[in-house]
Amino acid sequence: MRAMRLRVAILRGVVALIAFVVLWELGSESKALTGVALPWISAIPAPSDVIVVWAALVHDPGYWQSCYLSVLRVSVGFLAAMVVGIPFGLALAVNRTAYGVLFPTFEVLRPIPPLAWVPLSIIFWPTQELSITFVTFLGAFFTMVINVVGGAKSIDIRYFHAARSMGSSSFDIFRRIILPGVLPSIAVGAAVGMGITWNVVVAAEMISGGASQATGAGGGLGFFIWNSYVGGSYPQIVVGMISIGIAGYLSSELLRRLGDRITPWLRRR
Amino acid sequence: MATTGEVVVSGVGKSYGLAQFEKDVVKDCSLTIESGKLTVMVGPSGCGKSTLIRLLAGFERPTTGTITIDGKEVNGPGRDRLVVFQETALFPWMSTYENIMYGPSACGEDNAETRAQAEYLLEKVGLNGFRDKFPSQLSGGMQRRAELARAMINNPAIMILDEPFRGLDAMTKSLMWDYYARLFEENRRTNFFVTTDIDEAIYLADRLIVMTNIPTRVHTVLEVDLPRPRQIKDVFENDRANELKMKALSLLHEEAMKSFAGGSKAAADFVDAYSRRVTPR
Repeated sequence: MRAMRLRVAILRGVVALIAFVVLWELGSESKALTGVALPWISAIPAPSDVIVVWAALVHDPGYWQSCYLSVLRVSVGFLAAMVVGIPFGLALAVNRTAYGVLFPTFEVLRPIPPLAWVPLSIIFWPTQELSITFVTFLGAFFTMVINVVGGAKSIDIRYFHAARSMGSSSFDIFRRIILPGVLPSIAVGAAVGMGITWNVVVAAEMISGGASQATGAGGGLGFFIWNSYVGGSYPQIVVGMISIGIAGYLSSELLRRLGDRITPWLRRR
Repeated sequence: MATTGEVVVSGVGKSYGLAQFEKDVVKDCSLTIESGKLTVMVGPSGCGKSTLIRLLAGFERPTTGTITIDGKEVNGPGRDRLVVFQETALFPWMSTYENIMYGPSACGEDNAETRAQAEYLLEKVGLNGFRDKFPSQLSGGMQRRAELARAMINNPAIMILDEPFRGLDAMTKSLMWDYYARLFEENRRTNFFVTTDIDEAIYLADRLIVMTNIPTRVHTVLEVDLPRPRQIKDVFENDRANELKMKALSLLHEEAMKSFAGGSKAAADFVDAYSRRVTPR
């Protein structure tokens, strides 16, 4: 029964995806098919063209290099955001002094869009790679911290009461109540943060330009897209976009699975 | 078991808020929770019973007066008095077994003896087959039993239960009474049980403390001199039980009305009309 429901769900997804591609194809080819160009959509490269271009790109190391660079920047920025953001958020959550001292500054910096950091970041960091990674880091960092703080604050006070009356030390409460209590928020923060890192990395790559060579190879997917636009190869823009979509989906899915794994009590019913 | 766990509450008051907004929730409250007895406290809802419990548990300090347990003043939470809360406070991220073992392991007593005790209690509360389940996988009644076990393993001098069976369906509730009464009769620990359910109170209590409306203090103490072990039907059929029940009810009714009418003319009128219709004997 369960397996069947799963199969139906997958089937639905696949059918919807195919329908989407078919409609897109029809829309893009509307001029050739009916003589009437549909507004907006007929300007978009058709999936059939995209596939052809993509098939050629698969053999192009420059394309893979772009994918690799974006994935690398996202991963490093994201991991750095976890490594710094989780302890920082926990410190804000458990220590009143830390909260009083750091939270106001944090709250002023938080609304600044990561992309607004790009120019400063380029000036500040010695290499372009570091600048982009730093901006990516910021995207996930603020989300992570605010989730950890919020998660810790929403832990039911009765758990603390119960733990304290059973003789728990502060450290024990931290380890066995606060830490597991914020895990669901960490999982959510990670999933949201990952989405933001992809947004940020692509935009940052577009703004900061490619690598040294003018070909665009080495610039990441953001620059790949921008370069395709400048070079006039429109199907390649779509290839870049879909590549980001797939990479984003895979990374979110990975995080969802990890999130489910670290919070088994939420999964089982 | 030694007869310890005598709680003396003397002249306790607790108020919240500042200056002109200060509100007394507990005022000039004195009572004794006798050791080795099951003392049940009833009072109109919102009268400050839960506040009193937080004071007893040491989560909060009284504004005036003192609370002592076996002569020692309460100034913070302690393992000698454990609270079973209104809604379950089992840790959702721990299995039943881990929840029960929480107290011992928090105190560095995760050893063969306490583990055996945990197994014994799992068996005792009928959760053997559920030792590795998370609280969300247990039914309401199971959660309460798990929580009883989690408290009992710490061998507290006094168990404090704050409306522990509230929200359970009638069937489960009467089963839980039976269960809980048997556990009590076995250990004869000092138990302090707060409820708004008068049937529950009569069925369980050795002593019944009726509280006043907010700010709360002791109104009357009734000795519930029904023999143990009791049958659920006694609460409904036994004359003495009914007499006690009616007495407690009329006191409560009076207090509940004050609470309900407090502040509003319309509510006061309604209460007046209502009381002329159904005031218990």
